[in-house]
Amino acid sequence: MSAQKMREEILRLLQKNARISDQEIADRLAVEVGQVSATIQAMQADHTIIGYSTLINEEMLPEPPVRALIEVEVLPERDGGFDRVARMTSKFPEVKAVALLSGSYDLSLEVTGKTLQEVAFFVSSKLSTIPGIRATRTHFLLKKYKQAGFILHEDEEYERLKVTP
Amino acid sequence: MSDSKSPRSRLADHIRDLPRSGIRDFFDIVSTMDDVISLGIGEPDFVTPWRIREATINAIERGFTNYTSNLGMLSLRKSICRRVAEDFEVRYDPHTECIVTVGVSEALDLILRAILNPGDEVIYHEPCYVSYAPSISMIHAVPVPVVTREQNRFALDPADVEAKITPKTKVLLLNFPNNPTGANLTMQQKTELARIAIKHDLLVITDEIYAELTYSDRTTCIAALPGMKERTVLLHGFSKAYAMTGYRLGYGCGPRDLIDAMMRVHQYSMLCASSIAQAAGIEAFDNSQAEMEEMKIEYWQRRNVIVKRLNNMGLTCVTPEGAFYVFPNITSTGLSSKEFATRLLKEKRVAVVPGTAFGACGEGYVRCSYATSLEEIEIAMARIAEFIR
Repeated sequence: MSAQKMREEILRLLQKNARISDQEIADRLAVEVGQVSATIQAMQADHTIIGYSTLINEEMLPEPPVRALIEVEVLPERDGGFDRVARMTSKFPEVKAVALLSGSYDLSLEVTGKTLQEVAFFVSSKLSTIPGIRATRTHFLLKKYKQAGFILHEDEEYERLKVTP
Repeated sequence: MSDSKSPRSRLADHIRDLPRSGIRDFFDIVSTMDDVISLGIGEPDFVTPWRIREATINAIERGFTNYTSNLGMLSLRKSICRRVAEDFEVRYDPHTECIVTVGVSEALDLILRAILNPGDEVIYHEPCYVSYAPSISMIHAVPVPVVTREQNRFALDPADVEAKITPKTKVLLLNFPNNPTGANLTMQQKTELARIAIKHDLLVITDEIYAELTYSDRTTCIAALPGMKERTVLLHGFSKAYAMTGYRLGYGCGPRDLIDAMMRVHQYSMLCASSIAQAAGIEAFDNSQAEMEEMKIEYWQRRNVIVKRLNNMGLTCVTPEGAFYVFPNITSTGLSSKEFATRLLKEKRVAVVPGTAFGACGEGYVRCSYATSLEEIEIAMARIAEFIR
């Protein structure tokens, strides 16, 4: 297996299950466990892998956080375009994700808080006051159906015969 | 109606003598038990990709629910011929050299019925899919099995084929990658089999149902070798690669006269394959390669794991080159295939299929399917390891 192919296959497996052991990966790919560990370490070192997080179905939490998607319009700057504003918004711990988009607005932010008011307050007092931000539109998230490729409310069940030719 | 005074059997002689599939017997036992991990399943554990199911629903919504041409929808036949040209390196005319069938099972039945007279001999290899010998017997032809052996990685030795040829031999039936062994043929073996077919004027039927699930580089199809297209019928279907077993959709590609003969049998017995399944088939071929590749990678990884576990516990098995089965040698346990499978089921609740279900030479082996989740495979392997200790 080429080094590039090994990186791709390892990433594919880790993306589905970050808790899979190096040994399991090695067994699946029919390679030595040492090769797997070395490849993962190399990808961590070069920041191909930036971290491992857990997908949580927040409906199951006793106090699910409030989440909002916020459209942000930004006045681009002569040097750096949208980067300065994007970096500034990224520094707030309430902001979980920031991306620059094409289309009718510029930045998309995912913001969490304990309550609706907390998120609303963050937007009005912290976010919209950043110089360069022209407008924001806040959309509160009501229900998630699919998250990072996982369907949250699977309604499919099908019957398979136990022995077939 | 039956007449109790008549000594005449209600059943035709050749059907009365037709054995039930060994798999069927085993299924009857398994289906009465709970908590069984089954490695006995010869179909993908993936549900049909949503894209394909959505196309099926759309076909129903559009009212695409009528008969189609006996040969199948031309648009599907065009898709099929395009893909066959890419994947098997042999070109067929979608108008005259391709027929859509109700699975490969029907396609096989059609071609056998179209070309065999009573008493003609068909050489095929065992262990093999359970329906080959019965399909041949049902049309009063003679099944002539050739044994494939573990020391040859269960590939077919062309010399063994040549040794079985008689003046009555008309057909050589091949299935590689193979159910139940996962074996494949080398290029050299294919070339030699082609030479034998030409020398003895045999027709070749190649059942390519597992072709996409080949884990090493795919080699040229026997139909694409010089002098072979005119004597080969290539059978294939959507069941395994696209997880569409319940759609019952297959096809045959071959010389015009043979496809025409298949079509004549088909038009009187089946008329056409399901129209909505055919619509789904187009979506599968034209737009579902990514889903298919994803499933193939998963099978490949499971194969690596299951082969390692079995060999580690002392049940030696050849690394399968395709399909989703392993065929471990269980003679070290001192049990027969049937005893092994029955006791494993009763004592450890793991279902495998006795090798003898695929031909007498399957004695000493069992078939384990890895078309089940890796979590289940790991539990099953742990239970089998306990069982043989």
